[in-house]
Amino acid sequence: MKTIQTQNKAPIMDALNDFITSRVVPFDVPGHKRGKGNKELTWFLGERCLSLDVNSMKPLDNLCHPVSVIKEAEDLAAEAFGAKNAFFMVNGTTSAVQAMIMSVCKKNDKIILPRNVHRSVINSLILCGAVPVYVNPELNQRLGISLGMSLKAVEQAILNNPDAKAVLVNNPTYYGICSDIESITKLAHRHGMKVLADEAHGTHFYFGKDMPISAMAAGADLAAVSMHKSGGSLTQSSILLLGHQVNPHYVRQIINLTQTTSGSYLLLSSLDISRKKLALDGEDTFKQVMEMAQYARDEINSIGGYYAYSKELVNGDTVFDFDATKLSINTLGIGMAGIEVYDILRDEYDIQIEFGDIGNILAYISIGDSHKNLERLVSALAEIKRIYQKDKTGMLDHEYINPTVMVAPQDAFYAEKQLVMLEDSIGEICTEFVMCYPPGIPILAPGELITQEIIDYIKYAKEKGCLLTGTEDLQTNKINILKGGH
Amino acid sequence: MDLWYSEYHTKDVKFSIKVNKQLYSHKSEFQAIDVFESKEFGKFLTLDGYMMLTEKDEFIYHEMIVHTPMAVHPNAKNILVIGAGDGGVARELSKYKSIETIDIVEIDEEVVRVCKEFLPKTACGFEDERVKLYFQDGLKFIRKHENAYDLIIVDSTDPFGPGEGLFSKEFYGNCFKALKEDGIMVNQHESPFYKDDATAMLRAHKRIVESFPISRVYQAHIPTYPSGHWLFGFASKKYQPIAQLNEEHWNELKIHTQYYNTTLHIGSFALPNYVWEMLKNVE
Repeated sequence: MKTIQTQNKAPIMDALNDFITSRVVPFDVPGHKRGKGNKELTWFLGERCLSLDVNSMKPLDNLCHPVSVIKEAEDLAAEAFGAKNAFFMVNGTTSAVQAMIMSVCKKNDKIILPRNVHRSVINSLILCGAVPVYVNPELNQRLGISLGMSLKAVEQAILNNPDAKAVLVNNPTYYGICSDIESITKLAHRHGMKVLADEAHGTHFYFGKDMPISAMAAGADLAAVSMHKSGGSLTQSSILLLGHQVNPHYVRQIINLTQTTSGSYLLLSSLDISRKKLALDGEDTFKQVMEMAQYARDEINSIGGYYAYSKELVNGDTVFDFDATKLSINTLGIGMAGIEVYDILRDEYDIQIEFGDIGNILAYISIGDSHKNLERLVSALAEIKRIYQKDKTGMLDHEYINPTVMVAPQDAFYAEKQLVMLEDSIGEICTEFVMCYPPGIPILAPGELITQEIIDYIKYAKEKGCLLTGTEDLQTNKINILKGGH
Repeated sequence: MDLWYSEYHTKDVKFSIKVNKQLYSHKSEFQAIDVFESKEFGKFLTLDGYMMLTEKDEFIYHEMIVHTPMAVHPNAKNILVIGAGDGGVARELSKYKSIETIDIVEIDEEVVRVCKEFLPKTACGFEDERVKLYFQDGLKFIRKHENAYDLIIVDSTDPFGPGEGLFSKEFYGNCFKALKEDGIMVNQHESPFYKDDATAMLRAHKRIVESFPISRVYQAHIPTYPSGHWLFGFASKKYQPIAQLNEEHWNELKIHTQYYNTTLHIGSFALPNYVWEMLKNVE
């Protein structure tokens, strides 16, 4: 169990502090030599920062083969998160997701997953050649968002695909929605499948009180945790957690397939120090975050038109639980797409929020926030309603399109392809991604059938101002299809 | 021994007042509050180290921010004041018998308590029975009001502390909404002189212009504020500040002032060329 005595330590930070005081003469990389080689860079990022940007060496351990301070820090993280093992990741949570999937799936293995996964999940399938079996996450019609997976739907997928190797669960989704991960885990384990959790938005589940259950507590096998989101570490730093039934040495080999051999000590120490803070103050921190989010939610709901949703969505199944630290707001009631409100907030009110999609916006609330800034957000939303409110008719209100997987993502991605205009692609098989970013949930993924409905949706999203990404054509006017049809 | 209060007006410009003694120093929930006593300026209040008012020159600020709109609006009965924890604005407003309500929204209760204790010359404004004090965030208060006020006076701190939200577009928009159809908003508009102050001033001005059909700027000389050259914003739904100045009516009220008069009212809207140009560029 985590104890204050042990969690009070930060081995990587301590080792870096010792290292700086020892004034070692650097005849190794990085070439900026503690910032002395580039004055502008040092001025811009700060002397302290550059002096800590060092290479792996004996007193600082090695991320690819940790035996001392990194190992200690990872063990402390495992303890703090209630995991058997923890790996510090420096290539983003994307790399944690990839390592997680590649640790349990090989070419042609099936993996059961909801469609509203992050692009990194399907990217991993391209890399390893696994085949997705999508579970339709139910749609909340009013909000236009995909929910969690129902236990029944997962069970059906498992029964239909008894040879599948794993089930992947979003815990929670970008919008804060949780599936019944505990029951899904029990079910999957009964059928000999591993359970992987994408916890990019769930770091706080491990430390806050009255939070949805964390993947490790639910008995899942692997979890990718975005420490740099609610955990407060530096951008791109992340943690991969392992349960008891996973071989950590094999996972490390998988991680090392794609991980840099020059792991940044800025990122590593930020993971170490953030883990310490989470373990010591996390409960208080997230209590405050939850209160702030609730305050903002109540104020926004009192404006009228907007709907800032929370635990009232819980239905015991597709919304098994809701992460109340998330401030997700549906904007369709004022006749505006979320992305339109997102753009106005930034362009007119100097307020940057996390994302806007067709029907919703998400404002990310963390310990770095103040009531003063929440008042600004709420007031700006009130103003946007007063000034821009439109008739709600004609608003596209659905977001989920059931994909038809024709070819495995890897096969489609590497196949001979042909670039055609979007409108000419109906009935063809797509060989690349199309998604709005953020949130980065694919509308189309390699290997899927392109339908009229999908093309309409892409055009509507573009018209509303969503940033469409994934295709070779940066304007997303053209799309790559499988050459010669199917 | 010399004891001096110093404020950096820019990174390279320092303004100092010799201090006899420090009367109060405490960090409230929102800001550091200090009161000093000096020979030249009498007692003075600083927030987060920035000069708010001195007994010697506060009359200039308070008279200009109150009488200018009051001499234009023909019938201002319901007034909202945001900030103004020192009571100076309330003191000037209380000179008008026609006013019915004065709502003052100050985020920091401690400022009011401290001013009542140490700065009775301005805090006496709180004694008027039409004054109602609300201790809350101005942005939150204003959000909940619609078509309620004839005049809103924004007596904020600088845009880099707790007052930041009072320089935002959402705040000005909400003020517009809270005003009646012929309402006026005046605000502390920062200074055009030093670069950082001017940038903040222009940002505020641009946002006010976007929110109100009539938006003008007037000025006063306030010795203890950075550069001494200070601006006020006059934003209005209907009344022009000079064309609709009720000179005769105001003078009949026989309100005693030390700085403001109706001739100066007109002159205060005549701005130096460099200020004009700056403002034009963002309008």
